[in-house]
Amino acid sequence: MKILVCISNVPDTTTKIRFAPGNTSIDIAGIQWVINPWDELSLTRALELKDDAANGIKSVTVVHVGPAASEPTIRKALAIGADDAVRVNAEPRDAYYTAAQIAEVVKKEQFDIILCGIESSDYNGSIVGGMVAEFLGVPSVSSVSGIKFENGQPVMTREIDGGKETVTVPVPFVAIVQKGIAKEPRIAAMRGIMMARSKPVKLVEPVAVESLTQVLEYEKPAPRAACKYIDSENPAQLIGLLQNEAKVI
Amino acid sequence: MSVLVYTENWDGKFKKLSFELVSYAAGVAKMTGSSVTALSVGRVEDAELKKLGDYGAAKIVNVNNDQLAVFDSQVYAGVLADISAGKGSKIIILANNNTGKAIAPRLSVRLKAGVGSGVSRLPLNLNPFTVYKRSYSGNAFAHMEINSDIKILTLAQNSFDIASTPNTATIENTFVTIEASQVKTVVKNVEKQTGKMLLTDADIVVSGGRGMKSPDNWGPIVELADLLGGATACSRPVSDEGWRPHTEHTGQTGKIIAPNLYIAVGISGATQHLAGISSSKYIVAINTDKDAPIFEAAQYGIVGDALKVLPKLVEAVKEIKK
Repeated sequence: MKILVCISNVPDTTTKIRFAPGNTSIDIAGIQWVINPWDELSLTRALELKDDAANGIKSVTVVHVGPAASEPTIRKALAIGADDAVRVNAEPRDAYYTAAQIAEVVKKEQFDIILCGIESSDYNGSIVGGMVAEFLGVPSVSSVSGIKFENGQPVMTREIDGGKETVTVPVPFVAIVQKGIAKEPRIAAMRGIMMARSKPVKLVEPVAVESLTQVLEYEKPAPRAACKYIDSENPAQLIGLLQNEAKVI
Repeated sequence: MSVLVYTENWDGKFKKLSFELVSYAAGVAKMTGSSVTALSVGRVEDAELKKLGDYGAAKIVNVNNDQLAVFDSQVYAGVLADISAGKGSKIIILANNNTGKAIAPRLSVRLKAGVGSGVSRLPLNLNPFTVYKRSYSGNAFAHMEINSDIKILTLAQNSFDIASTPNTATIENTFVTIEASQVKTVVKNVEKQTGKMLLTDADIVVSGGRGMKSPDNWGPIVELADLLGGATACSRPVSDEGWRPHTEHTGQTGKIIAPNLYIAVGISGATQHLAGISSSKYIVAINTDKDAPIFEAAQYGIVGDALKVLPKLVEAVKEIKK
């Protein structure tokens, strides 16, 4: 079996977001770019599955839609342990456009399991994974918090309201993964970093697809009122404020 | 033309989220001069369906088919595609929850409809059609244009006030043909917690962090949540340590919630934690460190040892609940 992990390149999650003049994009000066946290966990789980030879995973490939500037993020995925990578040489204009590009890659290279993080920490769309599946006409399982192999078949845990289900779908499929899929992201070791330099990154030109959405402007969240402090010896006062001022209890 | 809203039910019952969705759809319908058609899938009694009319649904389409008992995103997207085509819906609204996130993207590709996900306000503009959505994990909000003919919106939970717009809704029972072979998902096992307030449904959430020092100290957090009719949550280190279940982790990579009141006890408030709770209407912080970032997000704060403050809070709540 071959696994494909879709990775997005996002600002480090501790970044203080500032906007570029005109507020139509963020100011990228000084930003550290990282693999989207959920994609990093997907990659980690894919590699764990491959480590167990009994699962019969032949390879773990990462795919990224982005310009040459995002190469370091791809190299990082290779350093963590992916076998090879595909970069679609295009600005990811929106989710629909990006998903269409990934689907093209899957059609050409034939993967059995496609892992996508539930959302990217920048656009918070939660839609690329499901779109890839629909473009391919294959099943998708969302809210996946666990994936393992039983008798050579992938079995998933999906979160439902107030519980979880154990589910299977025939391969090929897309799993949209979230919290729980892997415990901690795997970290690149020095050997991995050295090996990553010589691992293949296949460059693919994009197919012509329109985008359906476009950010016109960003704004900051409304500032919150300053914190009102209550004496730690008198928490009852807090309860009074919550009851009579905020009116939430 | 109608605005189509997908209303999920839980064992045949709607909940607050369903009414938020219909209220939101009614707002969109008013802006666009159209009416609301609510779609309900599964076995729901007519009396329950009629409740959707109280929030502005003019028509309720009820689809019940044994093949829909298992949630399969491909099949569900197909049902929504058929119904929306039949009704000529140009705007389709779902919740930004597990189900909505599974259906919306598939429906998007099927209908070539752009998705505005996690919207928390009515559209800002109809021409160009512009939605207001969370981005950068709550550190920014985007005005996003959707330029396709059909638009799909997923509504952030607890972000839109329920509004009563009584309508005498007509119920239309529709049968959709689904072959068993179309359902690819096989559910082998279900584990469900019952009788516990769901974190994502709770209006009040009491959450503990590393400042609680030990899982043995959780008693007053649970007690406070119970007294307030709320749910319990925790920060990432707490769930990573196994002090509390992963399902309680709120934050960027955990659950993203928007309760009316979030009480953060012994939580410093790292960016990643705030990303999961910043849409809460009121935040209370209790922390020993007066410089902890949680106080910047909070409206009410107590600088002090959580283990000493909590029991007093519990007593104070008991006092008002008498």
